[in-house]
Amino acid sequence: MTSQAIRVMCVFLVFQTLLFAQADGMVLIEGSRYLPLYGRDSTVVEVKDFMMDQYPVSNADYEKFVKENPKWRKSKVIKLFADDSYLNNWKNDQELNHSANPNSPVTYVSWFAAEAYCNCQGKRLPTIDEWEYVAMADETTKDARVKASYNKKILDWYEAPRSNENTIGQTPKNVWGVYDLHGLVWEWTQDFNSVLITGESRKDKDQDNNLFCGSAAINATDLMNYAAFMRYAIRGSLKAKYTMKNLGFRCIKDIKQLDQ
Amino acid sequence: MRPLKLVITALIIITIAFSCNSKASKKDQVVATLYQCPMHCEGDKTYEEPGNCPVCEMELVPVSEMKPKTTVATEISDESIFNLTSKWRTEENKEIQLKDLKGKTVVMVMIYTSCKAACPRLVADMRGIEDEIPDARIKDIQFVFVSIDPKVDTPERLKAFAKENYMDDEQWMFLQGTESSVREFANVLSVKYKEISPIDFSHSNIISVFNPEGELVHQQEGLGVNNAETVKSLMQLTQ
Repeated sequence: MTSQAIRVMCVFLVFQTLLFAQADGMVLIEGSRYLPLYGRDSTVVEVKDFMMDQYPVSNADYEKFVKENPKWRKSKVIKLFADDSYLNNWKNDQELNHSANPNSPVTYVSWFAAEAYCNCQGKRLPTIDEWEYVAMADETTKDARVKASYNKKILDWYEAPRSNENTIGQTPKNVWGVYDLHGLVWEWTQDFNSVLITGESRKDKDQDNNLFCGSAAINATDLMNYAAFMRYAIRGSLKAKYTMKNLGFRCIKDIKQLDQ
Repeated sequence: MRPLKLVITALIIITIAFSCNSKASKKDQVVATLYQCPMHCEGDKTYEEPGNCPVCEMELVPVSEMKPKTTVATEISDESIFNLTSKWRTEENKEIQLKDLKGKTVVMVMIYTSCKAACPRLVADMRGIEDEIPDARIKDIQFVFVSIDPKVDTPERLKAFAKENYMDDEQWMFLQGTESSVREFANVLSVKYKEISPIDFSHSNIISVFNPEGELVHQQEGLGVNNAETVKSLMQLTQ
């Protein structure tokens, strides 16, 4: 009898582990070389294989995170890591405003907060190259940037108001199985601070020569990709402690090399 | 089936025991609220009831809420870079955290040693600032170069760079971090950088001044710019 009970529990445990692995909500992204809008030396960059969250982090996910990590609660977060509007749509330290949808993407989070959230789960924020690599796919193609319909859809979203309040997972998933890279919110990237344009043309003219060494500024590869331009401009204008109504994030995970 | 029942019963008992514990400790905290004058008119004297301070008549505040304010000298403030817990290696191959710099006024810049264009000028700018400071005050200031290329800039390389540039004295310090700690630190300084080839980076040219508590007080942006403001802030901080 005893051994049977143990066996039952073992089966149950294994089953639960499997269940969790599936509920993990990440999909494999097969790396490759591609030409980003702004690359290293303006040439192709190489993206390695990685796992990416299918959805952006939701309000509900983040609620759980702050419950477990008091230092990221609204009243506890230190000024070095987040500006005053951090979790602006939250009623208090542990709860969202009544009107906010738990299944909307979390916004009003700083880069530091997003990075901490991902690290807590053994993940990290995607680099710009990784994010853009997945985001250039549409429902059927891995690189849909040449399609007029792809650019049109993204630009239509940029015009849509209050898309940050939508529920995650409603936009069609792309060919990798990833949702909402376009259509809901902008997303933090690990190296957003590598974009060396200020996003303001007057400033670029006067100060850049002094402020930036090297010349990675205006050398975009695909002048038609206006949507991507906007994303880079936003990244260039951000500081790590900024929080915004329409800026959320998702995490990715490196795939351990077998020889390590 | 009996063992299974036993396991479940044990689990239930443990859960109950734990939840009781946490309730008890919460109660203790509520009972133990003490109040204190925010200005410390009577030193560390505490009151058991809320009210006003008999000396300055300010409203008493719970001791638990006051802690961060009363101990500024020993605790780290909200805006201090000493909140960063990453570890760094100096050019002397010593492991440090940023909070080890506490107590000194800190001047920081991010460079990389293989840089040919802007970095030599940034190094010159740092030296220019140091030249303006009277010798007596130099001991209160730490000039820190943080490498944005931690793969290449090892402690040995940083040491060699220090010697080449006659910056081997105590007031100069060179730091190697990791890719993620450098990225985080750059974000605290609002410095932007990008690897544009294996040996080259684009980066913003910003010299930052921190007070002895690690709070940012001044930033000088650009190359070869007038350093009067930076020197002025340093003179004020080291009075």
